[in-house]
Amino acid sequence: MRRVRWGWVLVAAIPALFIGYFFVYPLVRILSLGLSELDIRSTGVEARLLKVGWFTLWQASVSTALTLLVAAPMTWAVSNFEFRGRRLATALVTVPFVLPTVVVGTAFVALGWRDSIVAILAAHVFFNVAVVVRTVGTLWSRLDPNLHDAARVLGASEWKVFRTVTLPLLRPAIAAAASIVFLFTFTSFGVVLILGGFQFATLEVEIYRQAVDLFDLPLAAVLAMVQLAGVTGALYAYSRFQERHTATWALRSDQDRVRPVGATRFLAIGSVTVTLIALAIPLAVLVGRSLGTDSYRGLLESDRVVGIPIASVGNSMLFAVIAMLLATSIGLMAAAVITGREGGLARWFDLTLMLPLGTSAVTIGFGFIVALGWPVDLRASFWLIPIAHALVAVPFVVRSTVPTLRSIPGEIREAAAVLGASPGRVWREIDLPVVARAALVGAGFAFVVSLGEFGATSFIARPNTATVPVMIFRLLSRPGPASFGMAMALSVVLAAVTAGVVMWIDRARAGEIGRF
Amino acid sequence: MRRAVLFMVLVSIVAACVNAAPETPESLRLLAHDSFAEAVTSDTFAAFTEATGIEVEVIAGSDAGSMVNQAILSKDNPLADVMFGVDDTFLSRALDEGIFLDYESGLSGQVPEDLFRGAQGVVTPIDFGDVCINYAKDWFESTDTPVPTTLDQLRDPSYAGVLTVEHPATSSPGLAFMLATIAEYGEEGWLDFWADLKAGGVGVVPDWNTAYYTDFVPYGGESAMVVSYASSPPAEVIFASEPIDEAPTGVIEAGCYRQVEYAGILDGTSYPEAAGQLIDFMLSVDFQETIPLTWFVFPANRDASLPPEFTEHTTLPESPAQLDPATIAENRDRWIDEWVSVMEG
Repeated sequence: MRRVRWGWVLVAAIPALFIGYFFVYPLVRILSLGLSELDIRSTGVEARLLKVGWFTLWQASVSTALTLLVAAPMTWAVSNFEFRGRRLATALVTVPFVLPTVVVGTAFVALGWRDSIVAILAAHVFFNVAVVVRTVGTLWSRLDPNLHDAARVLGASEWKVFRTVTLPLLRPAIAAAASIVFLFTFTSFGVVLILGGFQFATLEVEIYRQAVDLFDLPLAAVLAMVQLAGVTGALYAYSRFQERHTATWALRSDQDRVRPVGATRFLAIGSVTVTLIALAIPLAVLVGRSLGTDSYRGLLESDRVVGIPIASVGNSMLFAVIAMLLATSIGLMAAAVITGREGGLARWFDLTLMLPLGTSAVTIGFGFIVALGWPVDLRASFWLIPIAHALVAVPFVVRSTVPTLRSIPGEIREAAAVLGASPGRVWREIDLPVVARAALVGAGFAFVVSLGEFGATSFIARPNTATVPVMIFRLLSRPGPASFGMAMALSVVLAAVTAGVVMWIDRARAGEIGRF
Repeated sequence: MRRAVLFMVLVSIVAACVNAAPETPESLRLLAHDSFAEAVTSDTFAAFTEATGIEVEVIAGSDAGSMVNQAILSKDNPLADVMFGVDDTFLSRALDEGIFLDYESGLSGQVPEDLFRGAQGVVTPIDFGDVCINYAKDWFESTDTPVPTTLDQLRDPSYAGVLTVEHPATSSPGLAFMLATIAEYGEEGWLDFWADLKAGGVGVVPDWNTAYYTDFVPYGGESAMVVSYASSPPAEVIFASEPIDEAPTGVIEAGCYRQVEYAGILDGTSYPEAAGQLIDFMLSVDFQETIPLTWFVFPANRDASLPPEFTEHTTLPESPAQLDPATIAENRDRWIDEWVSVMEG
């Protein structure tokens, strides 16, 4: 028995050390550095701060609500029905998520959507639909259809079944997806700058301005604390909600989706088509612009300045695989700890793991600089890039797996234990098979997060490695039709690679791994 | 087992002591902003490695502002031996924080005096870039409009209405162009100039990408003039889809601002001598002549000759605007606020 307990300590210690050393410690160091120089003076900053804080909060809330609404029909269709192209559709929806902000920004601007709050909200929905479709879809596709059928037999209408049976069961996954979308949009930087201009500053933009342009670390630290407080508050509310509304039930295998018939078929295929077309409009702009003369051939040829652009795909893949392995193993361990232990400690652990998603990139980047120089100087090391990607990706793994793990009835674990299985064996034989698919969804996100190089890594001092987004920026930052065409072509390649990898991961999910 | 570990530890401690700060290091770390770092290839410093036996490891430090702040934050345990890419808008912050060791390159006599902006003996100018208004030649020809030659002409709505500038708070060329107007009109007059531009319908966008690739006439936009660089027309020729003889764009010499980029030795390096050698290498004619076609800026060393694409397709302004780095540091935030209140008020 004793040995097994040590196993648990180890399982808890690895994610705790990871998050502690690579996130909490740098954050505390940089914030205390900033706050130590703070002298309380009235500068009229408060009015602007209030305005920025309010805008940040409401745009994130509205973006989250809109994303849930827009994603709902497609999520329903792909989780419940089998139809030709279903898997392709779920892969395609991930594409926007991976595209660099600047590329999507130019597409939106080209469509005339700019300098407005509508453009910002639309871009947020565009980027995040995948989070809802994939996180909620994972759980929805595995709800026991008997519950639905029983309610129908008892005379409930389809709508009533959805409202009183399906929706409550989906709540944990919806809340999980909503929390991620909220964090992403709460810390939105590029989208707000490119599509909103200066008039719509979020806290993230303001922290950048104070920390980088003005080097006012005390004020930047105060703003970072405000941002952290907002994020923590939202996450705390979420975790309380999650705890109160978790029901356990038996999941089915997701093999038995039905083929839709009649009006349902029309609705299901219709909603997928409409969603994909809406997402495809900005993408079509990209594809259109990439079709200029020889843009794709240019990617294969050695450019006099940037080398062979397509070679960057290999670098990106390498980082993405490392980040994915790191995030998936740490995320799974964390999920096991969070669901295996009740109470406050697990809740705070869960919350801390989510924080990197909601912390400004500048804060993390500067935190690394002041904290990670000793005992081993990791500050500009190769490993810091996949580690930073993993920090952002772990929440995806945790959020995709915790709802599934929580849904395993405790009696099954207890029965196994009574029959003599050690806790490690219970985890291996009961939890792992159930959670493997959800973990693959998380792994897919981790891969995609790294491939798209989210903001968190842009302020890290790092070895000069040409990843795909870096190459796209490089091409986009010099004039000339050929440069522009190649940047667009490389974006399309990035989109295609993403869709391909996601489909491949989904296929593994549909295969042997994780069957009951 | 334990004894073996102890032995290994001892061996490595001894090795570390023996290895501590040899005369020439195996490699030097060069902290540079992303746009420099991203264009570095294995050839970039090959000649330096060949001559000295020292490898150059380039660390990408985000944009110029973030990079300077990273260097300041890591002052006690520097990230690198040499930092390159601090420009005149961030120079005085770096100097005030004392992050550099004094260094005067033996080649600094080949650098025009005014590029130093008073920082002689500490940092070394490596390149400069002129932020200038670019114009679409076709548009001016087809509408039979004369190309403006002074900033004052832009006050006319027929020009202001077809000009797009970048926001000074979010864009480096945007800030440079704002500084050019301050240098031209002084504290008293510059905001009036911008009020006229606003009344004339000038376009303001957050970044260079949007200005150039979305709003500029050659890329399907409606602005015949955008704030870009003196090196943009040569790039148009070099990166054209089909080979062309003449750049489709040109440079307006009025209202240009000269941004200078400096290299300095970071205080705390174990290898100040080798670091100095690296700066000398970057200022040498051989390296300087690779600058235009790699980074699309101009070499600081006046002995370096420009490639034909640059001599044929662009003009360097005779007297570009420049401001004292300390003045910029002191006023920049206030200037931006004032600019915002005129343009967005």
